[in-house]
Amino acid sequence: MGKRTPLYDRHVAAGAKIVDFAGWDMPIHYGSQLEEHHLVRRDAGMFDVSHMRAIDLAGSDAQAWLRRLLANDVAKLKTPGKALYSCLLTAQGTVIDDLIVYFFDPSHYRIVVNAGTADKDIAWMRSQTAGFDVELTPRPELAMIAVQGPLAREKFWAAFPAARAAAEPLGIFQGAEWNGWLIARTGYTGEDGYEITLPAAEAADAWNVLAAAGVKPAGLGARDTLRLEAGMNLYGQDMDETQNPLESGLAWTVDMKDAARDFIGKSALATRQIDKTFVGLVLQDRGVLRSHQKVVTAHGAGETTSGSFAPTMNQSIAMARVPAGVAPGDEVQVEIRDKLLRAKVVKPPFVRNGTPLVQEK
Amino acid sequence: MNVPADLKYTKSHEWVKLEADGSVTVGITDHAQEALGDIVFLDLPEAGRQLNGGEECAVVESVKAASDIYAPVSGEVVARNDAAIDAPESVNQDAYAAWLFKLKPADAAQLDALLDAAAYTKIAAEA
Repeated sequence: MGKRTPLYDRHVAAGAKIVDFAGWDMPIHYGSQLEEHHLVRRDAGMFDVSHMRAIDLAGSDAQAWLRRLLANDVAKLKTPGKALYSCLLTAQGTVIDDLIVYFFDPSHYRIVVNAGTADKDIAWMRSQTAGFDVELTPRPELAMIAVQGPLAREKFWAAFPAARAAAEPLGIFQGAEWNGWLIARTGYTGEDGYEITLPAAEAADAWNVLAAAGVKPAGLGARDTLRLEAGMNLYGQDMDETQNPLESGLAWTVDMKDAARDFIGKSALATRQIDKTFVGLVLQDRGVLRSHQKVVTAHGAGETTSGSFAPTMNQSIAMARVPAGVAPGDEVQVEIRDKLLRAKVVKPPFVRNGTPLVQEK
Repeated sequence: MNVPADLKYTKSHEWVKLEADGSVTVGITDHAQEALGDIVFLDLPEAGRQLNGGEECAVVESVKAASDIYAPVSGEVVARNDAAIDAPESVNQDAYAAWLFKLKPADAAQLDALLDAAAYTKIAAEA
């Protein structure tokens, strides 16, 4: 038996198929992964993401410490509640994890990291605090529910009318505290919606209230196809400690603008030869792209990092790390079971707000 | 578990129907489609292909995984289900109606080695 979130009983009651995910017993689907995917693209669905780990950061050096720790620059965060996506890098410039950091004030932040890497991340963070006035407080007692889809916000307001005044004005990638909850307009689906962080003891009630408001549960299976269509990386698959962000489609999260800022991994990235590029693939022939398939290009061989059938596009897509020089519009070949199938190179995302951005067939 | 008594089975979760003309129709069991989840792609052998018993001859892919299909007996493929290729979800809807391919067995005696419904039910329950 793995670890269980406060919503485990809700999943079982809803008929979920439970699988192991990073040591947690999590719902992969509640009947049909495809239906749950479409529900989030067309209406609204809710995900239990309580296995992710919130870590509170406090101290007079909190901002200075994060500017050293993270590849993205938290100095950009000026409005309370604003969030930033960043990689956590090794000194060699490879990726320990990707995370979201919320700014409350220059002495108070919240960091949210992946489930499978949480212990490693916390140990790393703690090893980097010498000389800084900062205190890290992991919050395993908090639950997280992501409500996602074009109707997610309205349905959330209907479920929790008292929270509407706090939630409605939030811009993209912004959160607000309400009644002991953090309500943030963030997600991992390419759709609008909220991620709600709340005390574990309140999670099952909140889930039930959302269900009563017409929000159906969606599992980790749909979460994966939704994030892949949205062109969002998955740690451990699209990047890890053997890869750097510049060859993982994450250059936009590495902020080199402030020459005076020395973040961990910066010098390694600045001197590193970048000879790979990270692209999207849309399969032209019949089949399904998966991770770790060989990609044959005019510039040499590469590999898919994530691949699946894309339900919104009704064709198969992948993300791939390929030799520099491969560019959107190119045709490449992917080796699937000893056959070479044709794929078109595109720039992710594939789908945003319910609409396919690329339809290459 | 839905395991029709009039069919034969393999331990790799194919069902086999013995037809009156001596050919066999092959599909995947209800248990197999349930385990795979939403099926989105079928790669099926073309008519005329000679298969050895136990040979990987088709692929069923769901959203989450690819699964190999094995020839239950040796023989020649005499038909494949193009309607199922066009609508892979039909295998989820009724795994025993959405057949995959038909074989003309090379040696009818090989059919005796297939499992009956009771034996397959036991294997599937343990899987």
